[in-house]
Amino acid sequence: MALAGETGDLPRVVPMGLGGILVQLSDRLDDAANRRALALAARIEAEVGTGALAGVEEAAPSLGSVFLRLDPLRADRVAITGRIAELLKDAAGQGTAPSRRWTIPVAFGGAGGPDLDAVAAELGCSAQAAVEDLTAQDLRVMAIGFAPGLPYMGILPDRWDIPRKAGLTPNVPAAGIVVAVRQVILFPADTPTGWWHVGQSGLRAFRPGAADPFAFRAGDSVRLRAVGPDELQALREADPEGGGARLEVLP
Amino acid sequence: MTRALLVHRAGPAITVQDLGRPGYLARGLSRGGAADRLALRQGAALLGQAAGAALEMAGLGGSFTVTAPTRIALTGAPMRVRRDGTALVWGASHLLSPGERLEIGAVEAGVYGYLTLGGGIATDPVLGSRAAHLTAAIGRRLADGDRLPLGPDQGAGTGLALTDRPHTGGGTIRILPTAQTALFAPEDRARFEATAFHRDGPGNRQGVKLAGGAPIATQGQRSLLSETVQPGDIQMIGAGAPYVLLSECQTMGGYPRIATVLPDDLPRVAQAAPGDRLRFRFVTLEEALADHARQRPGGRVKIGTRRLLRDPAEMADLLSHQLISGVTDGRGEGEE
Repeated sequence: MALAGETGDLPRVVPMGLGGILVQLSDRLDDAANRRALALAARIEAEVGTGALAGVEEAAPSLGSVFLRLDPLRADRVAITGRIAELLKDAAGQGTAPSRRWTIPVAFGGAGGPDLDAVAAELGCSAQAAVEDLTAQDLRVMAIGFAPGLPYMGILPDRWDIPRKAGLTPNVPAAGIVVAVRQVILFPADTPTGWWHVGQSGLRAFRPGAADPFAFRAGDSVRLRAVGPDELQALREADPEGGGARLEVLP
Repeated sequence: MTRALLVHRAGPAITVQDLGRPGYLARGLSRGGAADRLALRQGAALLGQAAGAALEMAGLGGSFTVTAPTRIALTGAPMRVRRDGTALVWGASHLLSPGERLEIGAVEAGVYGYLTLGGGIATDPVLGSRAAHLTAAIGRRLADGDRLPLGPDQGAGTGLALTDRPHTGGGTIRILPTAQTALFAPEDRARFEATAFHRDGPGNRQGVKLAGGAPIATQGQRSLLSETVQPGDIQMIGAGAPYVLLSECQTMGGYPRIATVLPDDLPRVAQAAPGDRLRFRFVTLEEALADHARQRPGGRVKIGTRRLLRDPAEMADLLSHQLISGVTDGRGEGEE
């Protein structure tokens, strides 16, 4: 595969400045492309700094692409591009099966989810039905980014293709659950946002002092479980870091 | 007892910074570290030590003392500085003794000044770095009364000065194509290069907004899939105003990026004060790589130093008043 312009066929490898290249697998939100990006990033990560990938410092998947950070003086871009093409062939149609599954208690609506009614109106159903629909979804962490430990989860069915709000919400508290454009985010920290704030969890997704400060990994499977505000409060008191969230390691 | 720096009065935006914590892009944590990595390296070079943790002072310094004789270096945006009432040369290394008060005032040009200490600041690292990353809630701004431990100083000597002038005041910035550059029409890219922008209003360690040109936008820029962004990327936000990402930027973004600034030129963007002019010029990757290699003979950053001349405060320390040109190594891992 040659280094291409941004308008070439997918997948394509495009330079990003002096110390980066981007492997673009899709221009739009696409479940299969995201799974392939995660698989490719894992393959690259396993070979970082070795063989044809000498000079690659790290690989980071996002929704439809994989970014490689290079040491500009050591990286052989031709060799790296060649190796990526081989790994892409290997990873063709391949997805990584989730190895971990989260179940996260969430109190929807009320003060901890002030936008739930507006979202239900967008969906054309009751708030209760919207919550039932959302908690029935098997979510997948498609990417971690923007802020430390922040999971982009999806992909929700088409009916959840709701645009972001027209205005900015000045602050959604840490562990808040927001939705938009067929995705769900759990905010690791207090965040201003244009996404719809529908619920509150007690899971701290980024804990700077901890041995492993990042709760989520890309590829994790996630289910949201509706609880009442009092139950969430009790869960948070019993488990200040996790708010009762459960992590299972799948066989 | 560990040597320490005592902070008697802290300006509003002083943080501990080093070269940051690379390697966590896949977890959503940007590298962070000094907004002006060159100034951080220059401070280390003046003290003959590896680039470690120093104080980054945005706009305004503070008042400091030390608990034991300590070598210091002042780099980056020049600030008014006095040691017990006597002016010190910026861009140089000096000795600070216990009982002497170091008063660092407001910037005279630029944005970020750096106070590097012999042995470096030895606070506890988080994820391999001592750098405060405020948007990630790692570390915090310094406050009056803070006491910062210092590491053992392996070096000796003061009275060195940088040969290069501070990289403040804006100027022409070299840029390279990035993932969405081709989405901008050739005439828009040409217009971008032809525009004299200026740094707009207060920026921060996440990025700075530029003003001065007509809006430059792409087709379909509201529907771009978010992907990895890096320091130096020039996002066209809103109606099409440039926003240059700095060290504490987010790791993913959905704004179209017209170009990305060469790492060696990014300090000049970070140090552009409100109103300073910035122009951008596309270069080829080959040209950029060749220049990057020239700046780093043997992989180390080239930094020129000389003996301080005619600084009365330093005369007693100097063995020689002759100008000596030299190249000092700004050692430190984590090249851009």
